[in-house]
Amino acid sequence: MVLAVLGLFAPKWLTYLVTMSAGHGLVSLGIVALMRGGVVPFGQGMVFAIGGYSAALLFNKAGFTDALGLALAGGVMATLIAAPFAPLLARYRGIFFAMLTLALSMVTYGLGMKIELLGGSDGFNVGRATLLGWRPPDAQVGYVLYLVTVGVATLMALLARVYFDSTRGLVTLAARDNELRVEYLGGSVRQAMSINFLLAAFCGGVGGALVVLSLGHIEPQFSYWTTSGEFVFVAILAGWQSVAAVFVASTVLEVVRSFSSSYFPNTWQLALGLFLLFVIRFLPRGIGSLWWKR
Amino acid sequence: MSAALLEAQGVEKRFGAVVAAADVNVSVNAGERVSLIGSNGAGKTTFVNMITGYLKPDTGQIRFDGRDITALHPRAIVGLGVARSFQIPQLFGELSVRDNMLVSGACHDAHLSYWQPARRAAAVERAETLLQRFGLAEHRERRVVELPGGVRKLLDIAMALTVRPKLLLLDEPTSGVSAEEKFPMMDTVMAALGTERDTTVLFVEHDMDIVARYADRVIAFYSGRIIADDVPDKALATDDVRRYVTGELLQEAAA
Repeated sequence: MVLAVLGLFAPKWLTYLVTMSAGHGLVSLGIVALMRGGVVPFGQGMVFAIGGYSAALLFNKAGFTDALGLALAGGVMATLIAAPFAPLLARYRGIFFAMLTLALSMVTYGLGMKIELLGGSDGFNVGRATLLGWRPPDAQVGYVLYLVTVGVATLMALLARVYFDSTRGLVTLAARDNELRVEYLGGSVRQAMSINFLLAAFCGGVGGALVVLSLGHIEPQFSYWTTSGEFVFVAILAGWQSVAAVFVASTVLEVVRSFSSSYFPNTWQLALGLFLLFVIRFLPRGIGSLWWKR
Repeated sequence: MSAALLEAQGVEKRFGAVVAAADVNVSVNAGERVSLIGSNGAGKTTFVNMITGYLKPDTGQIRFDGRDITALHPRAIVGLGVARSFQIPQLFGELSVRDNMLVSGACHDAHLSYWQPARRAAAVERAETLLQRFGLAEHRERRVVELPGGVRKLLDIAMALTVRPKLLLLDEPTSGVSAEEKFPMMDTVMAALGTERDTTVLFVEHDMDIVARYADRVIAFYSGRIIADDVPDKALATDDVRRYVTGELLQEAAA
């Protein structure tokens, strides 16, 4: 509610920055769900892109323009496409899991580059979304998408908190420590990993759809490995404990990206790298550990 | 005489040339407390691992509560009412003692919930009851990595008892525990099990004083074979056990 009111008075560049942070933060939220089980995917760009392409195609080819519906469709499509890979990926840990997810995202990137329907390397543009049948005037579209993105992100953050604190969430944390014991207590580690992978896919797909609607454009770069790397960057920056930290970290990245690309365009990755080094050295559990002690 | 809860018939297991189990035939009645003894490599833990489904026998059959469990997955066997502790405690190091108990309770639920809080009052109360029973309540908020070895052992066993199993397998429950703590620790475990004898206990043990005090029956292994199966007084007095397990005959011969 506070963010909704602030959005009315904030300059457009700021509401856009927060919208992007919330959309990207959703993808990193999915990574955090997986990190809690001890695996880190390096290919969440895949579900981000699938969510984005799904929303954009529905908009352009099917004429479905509702922002909330497109966000949901992006999440559902990403989950459906990720589903066949979940049982396979649930068998792998560490670098193997990371590399397999990276491979899938690069295959998606390759398909995006080659398939004409997806616009090839240039991608394609998306028009202005509606909200529950209402077509906002041009001057208000940015604010409406800001409201939708922040609202959806807040809802999903709350649901993620409920999930992380649930019995299933606690068993995921336990699996990170000792899979053998979880199995000997009657829990299924692979099932937990599969479910987390699908939840992460849904988060990534919703994030991709929302970002595309605000950006007005989709391209294969969404699934490129550097994009996935940025999502991992945010997840590590946030840590696995606090949900709010994910969106704080995502905002930090967007701020650093925005300002540094304006003032020192060729060295902003250097600033990001140094910042990450600092966090890993002094806050190994991420910035969320500053206020989350459990 | 009670009905057999656990039956192993003609069980064999080899690891290359090493015979870990050879024609093992065991029948354990409900309510019994049975100690498995033998020197290192005799096949005790292999037998426990085959009961829990971690290892599959090359031949033979294992039945639990009237059902063939030989080919079942460990999780399915747990679901039938078999729980175990480990020689080296298998815990969740980064979680608190109470959360370890909560995980244990949650894993036993048929359907894990996506929204029911893990730390809800009923679950915490259930965990707290067991922590009290095992004398672990004072450690409830501590992370497991901070705990001394004896406390970890107790927690490992307490987790196995979260949902009362029909069969409890304890793999060397007193190993790594100081001599003066062994009996108090076993007293705590046995007190926690209660007097109703509704949980059958198989425990692997090297300390013969512990075996003599807490077991109704002793099964001795040597090179994968059972060399004695009797009440403790008789089993521990056989020549084979004195030669291959306790080493008394060898010591006498050397003297």
